[in-house]
Amino acid sequence: MKALFDTRDNPKLVKAGVVLVALALLVLPFALAQVGTSWVRITNYAILYVLLALGLNIVVGFAGLLDLGYIAFYAVGAYTYALLASPQFGLHLPFWVILPIGALVAAFFGVLLGAPTLKLRGDYLAIVTLGFGEIVRIFLNNLSRPVNVTNGPQGIAGIDPFSFGSFSFSKPETLLGIAFSGPIKYYYLLLAVMIAILLVNVRLQDSRIGRAWEAVREDEIAARAMGIDTTRMKLLAFAMGASFGGVAGGMFSAIQAFISPESFVLVESIMVVAMVVLGGMGNIWGVVLGALLLSFVPEILRWTVQPLQEALFGRMLVDPEVIRMLIFGLALVLIMLYRPAGLLPSAVRKRELADERPA
Amino acid sequence: MDIFLQQVVNGLTLGSVYAVVALGYTMVYGIIQLINFAHGEVVMIGAMVAFSVITSLAAAGMPPLVVVMLGVSCAVPVCMAVGYAMERLAYRPLRRAPRLAPLITAIGVSIILQHLALLVWTRNVIAFPQIITIQTYTVAGATITNVQVAILALCVLIMAGLAFLVYRTRLGTAMRATAQNPQVAGLMGVDVNRVIAATFIIGAGLGAVAGVMVGTYYGVAQYTMGSVLGLKAFSAAVLGGIGNIPGAMLGGVVLGVVEALGAGYIGDLTDLCRYGWLASLLGERCARDGHFILFGSNYQDVFAFVVLILVLVLRPSGLLGERVGDRA
Repeated sequence: MKALFDTRDNPKLVKAGVVLVALALLVLPFALAQVGTSWVRITNYAILYVLLALGLNIVVGFAGLLDLGYIAFYAVGAYTYALLASPQFGLHLPFWVILPIGALVAAFFGVLLGAPTLKLRGDYLAIVTLGFGEIVRIFLNNLSRPVNVTNGPQGIAGIDPFSFGSFSFSKPETLLGIAFSGPIKYYYLLLAVMIAILLVNVRLQDSRIGRAWEAVREDEIAARAMGIDTTRMKLLAFAMGASFGGVAGGMFSAIQAFISPESFVLVESIMVVAMVVLGGMGNIWGVVLGALLLSFVPEILRWTVQPLQEALFGRMLVDPEVIRMLIFGLALVLIMLYRPAGLLPSAVRKRELADERPA
Repeated sequence: MDIFLQQVVNGLTLGSVYAVVALGYTMVYGIIQLINFAHGEVVMIGAMVAFSVITSLAAAGMPPLVVVMLGVSCAVPVCMAVGYAMERLAYRPLRRAPRLAPLITAIGVSIILQHLALLVWTRNVIAFPQIITIQTYTVAGATITNVQVAILALCVLIMAGLAFLVYRTRLGTAMRATAQNPQVAGLMGVDVNRVIAATFIIGAGLGAVAGVMVGTYYGVAQYTMGSVLGLKAFSAAVLGGIGNIPGAMLGGVVLGVVEALGAGYIGDLTDLCRYGWLASLLGERCARDGHFILFGSNYQDVFAFVVLILVLVLRPSGLLGERVGDRA
């Protein structure tokens, strides 16, 4: 059994596996559409969360800087897209222009947050980033007066979908005899972006920069003694993580066609942190797993809890949303109790756990 | 000047409540370096339990003060039990785990407590029964209500009591010893586990009282009230120097006053029409509306965080903290 899964002995197995996974991913939206179109949408949001978790993993997992306000960058990306492609200012720039702008603006905000907090570590940094996230949200909520920029709590509606000329991602279309609905088109786009970002992450991890981050995470003073420019490395982590969040935000904006500050509350930041930590900080595949689990399990619960209650008690006793959140909270606690380094811990974390934790 | 004094009074009242909540954070952090994210929810549960008791007793015709005291005396043990349970089940098993693990369980506990409260008390904003007739006193141009006086007095009492407990009793000595070095404290015969549990229980009890005070002050309670309150109180704890008990008291009061003054003055300060050259730039708007306020009092919640960030950047150890900010 073990030999079968030992990929080093069986390079062919790897290829076969990749092909199988690729095929499965390509067919997935059509299979999901059979169950219900909403599942394709749920999958799209799950992929957005994967993007977010991968971005946060750079900051938290690679560089070891706990960021509890990560959703702010998502918000910055989303609002950048919304302002440049909606009736709000009457601007309708194409998405391939806005997404890089969004990434840049988010990266700028990342540096803005990173620069003053360079000296802080651990919990202090966590709380500053948390405050930063809240500040961004409060501004989004209130920047409707005296000049209306964000339209306040009402949010911005009528945001343009992604489109190339006449090809729009939001409209259903038949290509080569296959009917593609809007969400399915977005699915393929998101899948492509996710694969690209995954590749960037994998390559980044073992690059010079990735190793420098790891050194900073493990021991900042030692890293500096080894000649690593720790200031630059930390800022780079913040900027890169933020820009990923910005891109994800822009896509979120286009898919939703409506955004409001409600989507960027603290709980969302915490959710993304939970995805990273739950899956296994620093381990890319763990993070992906964490993001997928935390996006799908609550949805599955949403779909099963209600019928289950009706079958058991004949009526709805408890709001399924409450049960969903209760189980979610319980799961966070239990997983941390039994696998404190996450479901798929990174190799370094595993080693750390074997040692005594310094007091 | 009247506004100034009034805002100081309001700020002191709210700030002393922040201080009491902040004590719960700072005591736990001082001993096991854990941000107890669920502490805000404990405060919320305290408010909710007291609300239920007060509502059910409100019609009984007892004197209002007795009713409120009964509410508090029910809320405190409930919160203490919650605090103990959470330490025992969610934090103690993780004392040797990587730092982020207990943070995540804390988040999990906070979600659980919030939604349990939602089940029991619904998601509506519930009105605290106004059984205390509000009396106002005017002192030097500022009005102060009897509720505010009671809150201030109670907070001072609590802080004095806690200071006595920490600096003058055996348990307090054991707590300080554990905070300095748990291993050595253990070798000296301190039952570290008991001390940590006691810290959680005391913090939760303080939180319960704070919850009742907040509920009575604002007149409303909701299952989500804990998170913002908790965040601000945590900011207060960091502002004073986390892990430092007098620091949390000072931080809470300072934060409350800064917030109140900020909310009272920011509208005027950022009214661009008051500044000559800017007013001429905006000529039309100023002539029409008479004001062009960049940031109004709806930015009140920003102050807590701006203060927090400024303190951490300029003086990472907090106002009174001797610890440095890079304690990872």
